[in-house]
Amino acid sequence: MADTAKTRPGTIHLIDALQYRLPLAGVVSILHRASAAILFVLLPFVIWMFDASVTSEISFSRFTSAFVAGLGFVPAWLVKLAVLALIWSYLHHFIAGLRHLWMDATHSVSKEFGRQSAVFTLALSGLLTVLLGARLFGLY
Amino acid sequence: MTQNFGTKRIVVGAHYGLRDWLAQRVTALLMALFTLLVLLQILMPGELDYDRWAGIFAAQWMKVLSFVVILSLALHAWVGVRDILMDYVKPVGVRLLAQVFAIAWLLGCTGWAVQVLWRL
Repeated sequence: MADTAKTRPGTIHLIDALQYRLPLAGVVSILHRASAAILFVLLPFVIWMFDASVTSEISFSRFTSAFVAGLGFVPAWLVKLAVLALIWSYLHHFIAGLRHLWMDATHSVSKEFGRQSAVFTLALSGLLTVLLGARLFGLY
Repeated sequence: MTQNFGTKRIVVGAHYGLRDWLAQRVTALLMALFTLLVLLQILMPGELDYDRWAGIFAAQWMKVLSFVVILSLALHAWVGVRDILMDYVKPVGVRLLAQVFAIAWLLGCTGWAVQVLWRL
């Protein structure tokens, strides 16, 4: 008994947890939380964009110029980077969330479905982020 | 001794966990449908200038729907942030402080969003 007590890992810190190699479903899960945190933190920026873009023609031009001339002391590339973070976060959170709803509704909880839907989630959110990101940064 | 497990288990508690879990799913579904609805209107043919963009949210039915979604977002985010804080922040004082901050943050954002929406 004393031996097992000694080999127990004890408190797991984040630095230890990072050494685990997560299965893809685990990667989707932790990214679901990370994307939620990004969306939570950037919520005022989202509302600022909503405010500026719908309130009046003048505020609308302020909104569009934020992507060209920047916003106050924030340069345009940082505004675009924040929007790119929002795009990825929303896409990942959206698709991973639908995956959760699907699993809850159909009870399709198997290792295989978990892995396949995780691959689908990562691939689709990644692809759409790259496409929209390229458009955002004016690559096409 | 009376049996207290399986289907005979005496269920105690106020079911806050189940209520929060369900609320998060229902609000998620609402927001997902709203997202598709807005996307559908954006992808309609024609240039997306100020008039068309603001016009999407100016319609009364869209305003009411957006209002419901804003409230849903606040509730959804509160349940999620609370989960995250309960998992990672163990000291009670720090957690309480973080939870109070999260509530203030979400209420502030909700008020601002509703104000923007309702003066359209």
